Amino acid sequence: MGAPLVKSKKFGLKHPLARARGLGSAHEGLHHWISQRVTAVLLLPLTVWLCWSMVGIAHMDHATFVAWLSQPWNTILMVLTVGTMFYHAVLGNQVVIEDYIHTEGLMIAKMLAMRFVYLIAGIACIYAILKVAL
Amino acid sequence: MTERPLSPHLQIYKWQITMALSILHRATGVALSIGLFVMTWWLMAAAMGPEAYQNFRDIASSPLGLIVLAGWSFALFFHTCSGIRHIVMDMGKLFTIPEIYKGGYTVIIAAVVLTLAFWIAVVGA
Repeated sequence: MGAPLVKSKKFGLKHPLARARGLGSAHEGLHHWISQRVTAVLLLPLTVWLCWSMVGIAHMDHATFVAWLSQPWNTILMVLTVGTMFYHAVLGNQVVIEDYIHTEGLMIAKMLAMRFVYLIAGIACIYAILKVAL
Repeated sequence: MTERPLSPHLQIYKWQITMALSILHRATGVALSIGLFVMTWWLMAAAMGPEAYQNFRDIASSPLGLIVLAGWSFALFFHTCSGIRHIVMDMGKLFTIPEIYKGGYTVIIAAVVLTLAFWIAVVGA
């Protein structure tokens, strides 16, 4: 084992652990991990509901689908499903980008672009649902 | 290429269900997150009116559209079943070799069965 001694201008010749000590914890190290699993568990019943509904939706024309989506519980569950799916997707994509993009600048750029694109698409979905339903 | 010896990488190893399911979980996750844009298109089409919605339905029910939707539905069922397995493993269970294989094959079979059941239900409805 034995972590390598890193010489840097900022910290001098110091063990990585010594450098990390005293810098404090952000206290959110588990936030991503927990969020990913909480949304996953939440998505289980929502996915069952969506697939169940989709069997009927597949055959609906515009007027029938609008009537279906206007039912209060369908509107609420649809917004919840879409929101949870987008959040879960962003968390997952974040891990993929962190794992495969090794250049820091490029990684941050891709991360921001990914989040921005999913934010726009997610807002579009919720806007569309509410426009149809209300 | 580096001169120093490198540790063996992916292509050296025989494919096993553990690594196959692991990467398939990630691949289906990425596929599904791309599929969210199709969902956006579907819901926006509904918001834009009957013509835009019919246009979406025509494309979705074309041969290419159906192939994409079938693939997406399999990805959804696989990622869901595989996700349940991951949650169970997060709890420290299913880690013996026989359990890993049994769980892995169960996930694949369940995903295929659910995909078939879903499309039989859609066609039959």
